Amino acid sequence: MRLIERFFSVIGANTIDRVWRLGFAARFFLAMLSHSGETFRRPRLLLRELYASGVLSLIIILVSGLFVGLVLGLQGYDTLQRYGSSEALGILVALSLVRELGPVVAALLFASRAGSSMTAEVGLMKATEQLAAMDMMAVNPLARIMAPRFWGGVLSMPLLATLFTAAGIFGGWLIGVIFIGVDEGAFWAQMQANVSFRDDVFNGIIKSAVFGVAVSLIAVFEGFDAVPTAEGVSRAITRTVVTSALAILALDFVLTSFMFRGL
Amino acid sequence: MNRRVMDLWVGVFVVIGFAAVLFLALKVSNFSASSFATTYEITAKFDNIGGLKARGPVKSAGVVVGRVAEIRFDPQTYEANVVLKIDSQYQFPNDTFASILTSGLLGEQYIGLDAGGDERMIPAGGTIAKTQSAIVLEKLISQFLFNKASEGKKDAGAQ
Repeated sequence: MRLIERFFSVIGANTIDRVWRLGFAARFFLAMLSHSGETFRRPRLLLRELYASGVLSLIIILVSGLFVGLVLGLQGYDTLQRYGSSEALGILVALSLVRELGPVVAALLFASRAGSSMTAEVGLMKATEQLAAMDMMAVNPLARIMAPRFWGGVLSMPLLATLFTAAGIFGGWLIGVIFIGVDEGAFWAQMQANVSFRDDVFNGIIKSAVFGVAVSLIAVFEGFDAVPTAEGVSRAITRTVVTSALAILALDFVLTSFMFRGL
Repeated sequence: MNRRVMDLWVGVFVVIGFAAVLFLALKVSNFSASSFATTYEITAKFDNIGGLKARGPVKSAGVVVGRVAEIRFDPQTYEANVVLKIDSQYQFPNDTFASILTSGLLGEQYIGLDAGGDERMIPAGGTIAKTQSAIVLEKLISQFLFNKASEGKKDAGAQ
C-alpha cells in the first residue's frame, strides 16, 4: 500500500515540477519581452551578442553546410543516375537543404555552439552573484543581460540557416557539376523551375526564425534557472543542448506538417 | 574585443547573410521569374487530369508560359476545373488546344497549349474549350488488349 502511494506521489511531484517550470519559463519569456525595449535603444548591447552568437558560429555553419552539400551531391547522384535522371540533382540538393536540412541542422549546430555558451555565461553570472549585484545597483539583469542575448540569437539564426543552405547548394554544385560532370545548365534550370521562393525558401526562413526563438529562449532561461554551483551550471548547459535539440526536431515536424501539406 | 573589429565582423556577417538570401531568391528559386510578373487566369476543363499538380508548368512550344494555380473538382459536370495563371505578356487565341502531357518517360505532368488560328484572344478569366485529358496507362493497356481480342475474333471468323 505504501509502495503504491509512493509511486503515485513521485509521478505527481514530477508532473507538478515540470508544469511549474514550464509556467516559470513562459513568465520569464514575457518579462524578457517586456524589457526588450532597451536592447534596441542601445544597439551596442545587441551588436556584441550578434558577434558572439552570429559571427563566431560562422565557421562551423559554413563548413558543415558545405560538407552536407557535398554528401547530398554524392548520395543523390548515386541514386538518381540509376533512374537516368541525374539532372534532377539540383532539385534534390536545393529542396532538401532549403526546406529541411538548412534550418534544422543549422539550428542544431547553433544550439550546441551558441546556445551552450549563452547558458554558460548567464549561469556563471548567476553563480558568481553578478546578476544579484546588478539588481542591487538597480540595473535589471533581464534588460541588460538576458534580452540582448535572446535577440542576438533570434536575429542571427535565420541568417546562419540561410548561409548554411547556400553553402550546401554550393557543395552540391561542386560535386555534381565540377567533379561528376552533370550538365551545369540543367542543374540550375531544374532547380529554379522547381524551387519556389514563397513556398520553399520563405517557409525555410520562417522555420529557422522559429528555431532561433526556441533555442535562444531555452539557452537564456536555462542559464537564468541554473543551480548556482559549478555542477548546476554544467547541468544547465547539458539541458540546453538536449532540450533545444528535442524542441527543434519536434517544432520542425509541426511546422512541416502545416507548411508542406499537399505539396 | 576591439570595438571596431567587432563592428566590422558583424557588418560582414549581416551582409553575407543577406547575400545568401538573395542567392536563394534569384539563383536557386524562381523569385524573379514568377513573383513579379503579372499574370491572368484562364480555366480549362478536363475529363481526367492524371497526375497533374498545382504549381505544375504550363508550356507552349516547350516554353514555360505560366503555372497551374488551382485544381478543383466540379460536382455538376464531374470534370476537373484547372485554373491556369498565364504570364500577361503571352496571349492565346480562342481556339487554343490544351492537353496534359508528360515530360520524359516518368517525368512530371504539365499542360501543353497549342495555339489555334482564331483572331480573337482568350480574355482574362476565360475558358479553354478544347482540351485533351491525361493518358492513363491502365486505360491505354486495356484498350490495346480489347483491340487485340477483337482482332483475334475476326481472324477466327474468317477461317
